[in-house]
Amino acid sequence: MRRATLALARRSLRNTLRRPQFLAPLVAFPTLFLAVNTGGLSRTTDLPGFPQVHGFFDFQLAAAITQSLLLGGVASGIAVALDIEGGFFDRLVAAPVPRLALVAGRVLATGVLALGQVAWFLALGLIFGAHIEGGVPGALVVFAIGAVAGTGFGAIGVALALRARSASTVQGIFPLVFVILFLSSAFFPRELLSQPAKAVADYNPLSYIAEGLRDPIVSTVSAGPVLYGLLAAAALTVAMAWLAVLALRGRLAND
Amino acid sequence: MREPRVVWALMRRALNEILRVPGAAIPGVLAPTIFMIGLSGVFGAAAKLRGFPIADDFRTFIIPVGLLQGAGFTGAATGVNLARDIEQGWFDRLLMAPVGRSALLAGTVLSASLRCLLPATALLIVGFALGARWPGLLGLALAIVLISALAAVAACWAVMLALRFRTQQAASLMQIGTFVAVLFTTAYAPKRLLTPWLRDVSELNPVTHVLEGVRQGFIGSVTWGKTWPAFAALLGLTVVFGGFALRSLTRVGR
Repeated sequence: MRRATLALARRSLRNTLRRPQFLAPLVAFPTLFLAVNTGGLSRTTDLPGFPQVHGFFDFQLAAAITQSLLLGGVASGIAVALDIEGGFFDRLVAAPVPRLALVAGRVLATGVLALGQVAWFLALGLIFGAHIEGGVPGALVVFAIGAVAGTGFGAIGVALALRARSASTVQGIFPLVFVILFLSSAFFPRELLSQPAKAVADYNPLSYIAEGLRDPIVSTVSAGPVLYGLLAAAALTVAMAWLAVLALRGRLAND
Repeated sequence: MREPRVVWALMRRALNEILRVPGAAIPGVLAPTIFMIGLSGVFGAAAKLRGFPIADDFRTFIIPVGLLQGAGFTGAATGVNLARDIEQGWFDRLLMAPVGRSALLAGTVLSASLRCLLPATALLIVGFALGARWPGLLGLALAIVLISALAAVAACWAVMLALRFRTQQAASLMQIGTFVAVLFTTAYAPKRLLTPWLRDVSELNPVTHVLEGVRQGFIGSVTWGKTWPAFAALLGLTVVFGGFALRSLTRVGR
């Protein structure tokens, strides 16, 4: 099981890295969104109720990381759907490979990729003048939450692909990534959100993940937001991995 | 006489896809509405900033952005569908048909102009229901014409990429172009509130003129001064991207 998972994870990573033009959007979209949000709304830090931060760019970094990780999950789903459409998945099912490894390999690869995505945004932040107030320990916390959350988002992508079986349907999920993000405190402080976004944000695990990622960037590491962030990411990963396994079982039963 | 019939047949085929694969089409139709509700829910407080053109009404300000995003998403989806046709071999059969390449391009691209009316309708219905300002019949008609033309331009861009990469995996690249074009404008705030670098970019970006042309009815009245730059920008974009798309198409298989 372990060897098969690692081999499939390596294959997923190799395939992703082999075509950087398809990898680039995972960081390019959030980077552009980061740029346009910062460029268009930097004056909002003057609004009453906005927390004390070094700048709106610093505040938005966690939003960009969260968005990038979600897109990583969508990309992971598209890759699985293409494997299904192309027949590779069926060949894997026919091979003497533990079935769980089919899900675990892809999900693990998405988690590893998440580390690279977090590194990109922290580097970008430092280059463009953000302050990582939590220092090196803070950066490590961001990596930890990012890797766990990225793994969970990968599991969502795999579950969707196994249900939909079509790359274009999984691709259609792309706009929904923004719905989930908009209904969280990823982009703006919870206190300044309008209803109903504010009400939903309180229950959206993405709010806690984004706030966990943000805390070490805009302040010294505080236990509350970081623990909530880690917990939300871990709970999401467990729940979504379970859904992915259920989707796999459903698919195998139908075939 | 055959060419217009081919164009119409390709447009109808694209419309049929909405019914045939609703799972793939529905998110694209709803995306701009989601963006409008999401952006106004998240960044609505920005309209409280001094210098905002319509005080405390970020929703009306952002609706034209949603209309342009709908056009952009539809254009990108056209490219994704073409890439799928290439992958499945249907496009090769189309190329063998006794039809001019320009008719193939026109049918593909004009289908985007029609399809973009779906997300626009959903967005406007929800927007008005939530209390967005009515732009007047002239403002509305102008907005529809401008976004239809922008969808065709976005489709030209996506067709170009579909022919280059020949895989649906290029979808993100198609979307990213339209995404940048629409958002690196005065999308979130008027020019005077943008940071200097974004202000400079928005001045160079021709889509800013299209956005201002669509927005004028929503936040004021329609003027010739804001209308002609929008059409001039679209004409230029059509010539450039239409030319590149046609060039890519004529080179296929030769």
